[in-house]
Amino acid sequence: MTAIENNNGYLVGSNLEKLLKAGHFAVTGELGPPQSADAEVIREKAGLLKGYVDGVNITDNQTAIVRMSSIGAGTIVVQEGLEPIIQMTCRDRNRLAIQSDLLGAYALGMRNLLCLSGDHQRFGNHPNSKNVFDIDSLQMVRMVAEMRDGCIFQCGDQFKGIEPRFFVGAASAPFADPIDFRPYRLAKKVKAGADFIQTQLVYDVAAFEEFMEKVRELGLHEQTYILAGVGPLKSAGMARYMKNNVPGILVPDEIINRMKAVDEPWAGKGKDEMTSEDKRARSKARKEEGIQVCIDLINELREIEGVAGVHIMAIEWEEAVKPIVKGAGLYPRPVVEEKVAA
Amino acid sequence: MIIAERKKLDEIRSLIGEDAEKVLVVGCGTCVTVCFAGGSREAQITASSLRMATKLDDKEGNGLDVTDVTVQRQCEWEYLDEIEEEIEEADVVLSLGCGIGVQAIVEHFPDKWVVPGLNTTFLGLPSQQGIWEERCAACGDCVLGITGGICPIARCSKSLLNGPCGGSEDGHCEIDPEVPCAWQLIYDRLSSQGRLDMLLTLQTPKNWSTSRDGGPRKIVREDLFLEEEA
Repeated sequence: MTAIENNNGYLVGSNLEKLLKAGHFAVTGELGPPQSADAEVIREKAGLLKGYVDGVNITDNQTAIVRMSSIGAGTIVVQEGLEPIIQMTCRDRNRLAIQSDLLGAYALGMRNLLCLSGDHQRFGNHPNSKNVFDIDSLQMVRMVAEMRDGCIFQCGDQFKGIEPRFFVGAASAPFADPIDFRPYRLAKKVKAGADFIQTQLVYDVAAFEEFMEKVRELGLHEQTYILAGVGPLKSAGMARYMKNNVPGILVPDEIINRMKAVDEPWAGKGKDEMTSEDKRARSKARKEEGIQVCIDLINELREIEGVAGVHIMAIEWEEAVKPIVKGAGLYPRPVVEEKVAA
Repeated sequence: MIIAERKKLDEIRSLIGEDAEKVLVVGCGTCVTVCFAGGSREAQITASSLRMATKLDDKEGNGLDVTDVTVQRQCEWEYLDEIEEEIEEADVVLSLGCGIGVQAIVEHFPDKWVVPGLNTTFLGLPSQQGIWEERCAACGDCVLGITGGICPIARCSKSLLNGPCGGSEDGHCEIDPEVPCAWQLIYDRLSSQGRLDMLLTLQTPKNWSTSRDGGPRKIVREDLFLEEEA
């Protein structure tokens, strides 16, 4: 029996797909593999996320810095009882390598995939490397959907045996330029076969609502599950940095001011006057406010029609996920019971 | 045209080596003349720089014997025949042609030691006096007809066919604020032409076999063969 005959009406039957299909508001997280071969780091991070997210993105050499592979780290995450969402970029692999790695990833128990172009290697620790970009992220979405639904490799060859069945995701950057084209690019990703979408970080809910209005006009929210990206801020400085330096991220002054207001009790003190106790207290206050801002954003975003969940990006701050999910009233995470096959 | 820039003098000197006594600098009168990298003027300057530098560094004040000559097109053997004598006399030939020029000399004069004086950088155009920009990647399967005449293979940092990616901001690419986002240019162009619907087509994976990925390329036109060669 092939997988397609045994999936109870699901495309894939991953936990993420089941929850979304059942109409639950989904929560996904993110886990950045270490710049080493240390499995323990993955286990620790997985431990912080387990039970609080429905699936966790495992980044693929994010910002073009060499890290443990997403599939390798994902295998450990599966062992830990957490569901991985494997990220795969077009930067480092051609169509042969992507298909081959995904056959392996499926065999190792991975069921969700996020297809990305990938950060240019200029940003990473190997700026002199050659990039691949044989196919782009939309073409990857189509390729993976066809492997699943048609048992067909990109070259057109039909294959026999078990097909890799991935719940296929793509990213959307609602505020990147040209901004008017963004809903249409999302439409193209849906047309290519994206089952779910995770967006770039949203801090400007009003701007996101405008984007979603266009998305609803195009009927895209009924053809794919859209998870809005959120992330806790660590300080007003980080908020300003993202606003000014990261393409496609809008941070309203209101949020920057909220983060700035936290520093008030220590505002008069120069850098040298701050005791280590001051610093600890300020850092704690900043983190609490960052988490609260994130909770407030989630509460606003879930009111927007067509938002099927949130994707919490708290890389290198996985501890924040638990209070965010709890604070947003999204804990405990729902479970969809397996239907028994007739 | 082919755009190139001259290598630094130190690198050129190390490529020439210590043993050479007579060096011939060969300029090219075509692309690299137009981009001020390897024309007759640059060949003369390079030759005199080499003479001066080697003279200053020599204890006895003897510099290299460097002469220069410029051919109309270094990438065609018939033009190289014109300088056969000069090439035969030299210990080392320093080509100020593009990479094709260097190899044309190597293939035509297999006994000679030939080194490159330029870095061949890209196929492009001068966007203003003193600035050259890449425009074509010679992929062998032109996509300009579906992208409004702006090449994403050469001009998008990720060669995306269904761009723009999420790194486009204020019209520039995430890799560098000096680099225009090719997909913003494509979007603007198609928008002004009332053809934005072209962007809604999902472009399938490109056939790269016509590009360098298919191995060294060759075009055969039998209709152009000369009688005796046919």
